[in-house]
Amino acid sequence: MQTPAPFEYERATSVEGAVEALGRLGAEARIIAGGHSLLPMMKLRLATPEHLIDINDLTELSYIREDEGMIKVGALTRHVELLTSDLLAQHFPLFRDAEEVIADPVVRNRGTIGGSLCQADAAEDLSAVCAAAKAFVVIRGAEEERVVAMDDFHVGPYMTAVGAGELLTEIRLPLFPGAGTAHEKVERRAGDWAIAAASAAVWIEEGSITQVGIALSAVGMTTIHLTRAEELLRGQAPSEELYAQAGAIASEDCSPSADGRGPIDYKRHLAGVLTHRALRRATERATGDRT
Amino acid sequence: MNVTITVNGREASHEIEPRLLLVHYLRETLDLTGTHWGCDTSNCGACVVLMDGQPVKSCTILAAMCDGHEIRTVEDLERDGKLDPVQEGFHERHALQCGFCTPGMQMTARALLDENPDPTEHEIRTAISGAICRCTGYKNIVSAVRWAAEHEAATKQGA
Repeated sequence: MQTPAPFEYERATSVEGAVEALGRLGAEARIIAGGHSLLPMMKLRLATPEHLIDINDLTELSYIREDEGMIKVGALTRHVELLTSDLLAQHFPLFRDAEEVIADPVVRNRGTIGGSLCQADAAEDLSAVCAAAKAFVVIRGAEEERVVAMDDFHVGPYMTAVGAGELLTEIRLPLFPGAGTAHEKVERRAGDWAIAAASAAVWIEEGSITQVGIALSAVGMTTIHLTRAEELLRGQAPSEELYAQAGAIASEDCSPSADGRGPIDYKRHLAGVLTHRALRRATERATGDRT
Repeated sequence: MNVTITVNGREASHEIEPRLLLVHYLRETLDLTGTHWGCDTSNCGACVVLMDGQPVKSCTILAAMCDGHEIRTVEDLERDGKLDPVQEGFHERHALQCGFCTPGMQMTARALLDENPDPTEHEIRTAISGAICRCTGYKNIVSAVRWAAEHEAATKQGA
């Protein structure tokens, strides 16, 4: 039987209260939302927090809305809500691509976007999705609220820009014209972690790529931001040849390890193919060629 | 800590350890052993119960997180000596052999039909994709859920 080590439990009744509790309880306190990453870690004693602060009552952190030229997603928004949101699918269809293949419907009833991003498992899909979409996250501390670009969010394996005493409260997805996005994943069986996955976002105006984001899941110690491929594509006209080159960069710039899901050369190959496919589908969506 | 949880319509308070998982609260504190404890890793779906009407995996939720919430388990499917159409469907279509996955399958199916009374085979397969059966395969389970959907619709029309 897997049982977490003992801890103290309390419920936050406000965002301020949650942040205050984090400060009061110190380094051994953890936020729990859906719990579908943290509780398995606690059962395996890979995580042994002394205090859990439950934020499931903070319904003010559960929303998907358009505001100030961006889509804002509350940190407590659950996978099922990301999957079924037409607003999100309209502007950032890569979320629906990803959510259809994240875990299973029952797990998706509990897991949250904030929890997924803060867990920052390299094999997790939403971290790559938000990185590709060039999202920003809002991080609340006791003294201030800061906005951090996803480009600066992943600082190491399972480590993010969210610091001690801080709570991730919102994900912001800026809206720019000509956007197209897609997420491509290969998994061993339904609901499994990715063998490899690629997220891509392109913004195309007057036939050229004005902005681009590409990120990979499960082929490195962290979510991989493919900055070298992004630099190659920016300002160019989209083409199959260019996307094949971006795929080749993905194969080179990832750093997978061999495990039960496959050997290194296979995963590198997959990263390249999925990057190419994600860019192709994102472009089709941006230009309206296909949905 | 003290929790007050409504399980199958009955509210009860218990002193528990914060680390107690919902599945063990149901099975050991309340002696409701219909909910099965399977893989312990939120993969197999044997422990699915409804929390405020939504299917959840009770091995990956703390009982403490259910304080003030409503839980429904497989014991609540049969009412007044009458089986739920989902249970009848499992009987009619031989949708179980060893029965270990059955409580989770049935609660998952119940939640699906509550939300979508006329699901397609694909929708049923998607709904139960977080639940593993190692005996029958899934054909008869899907058939049982369709049976339940059809008979529920017929009963409602007749009523």
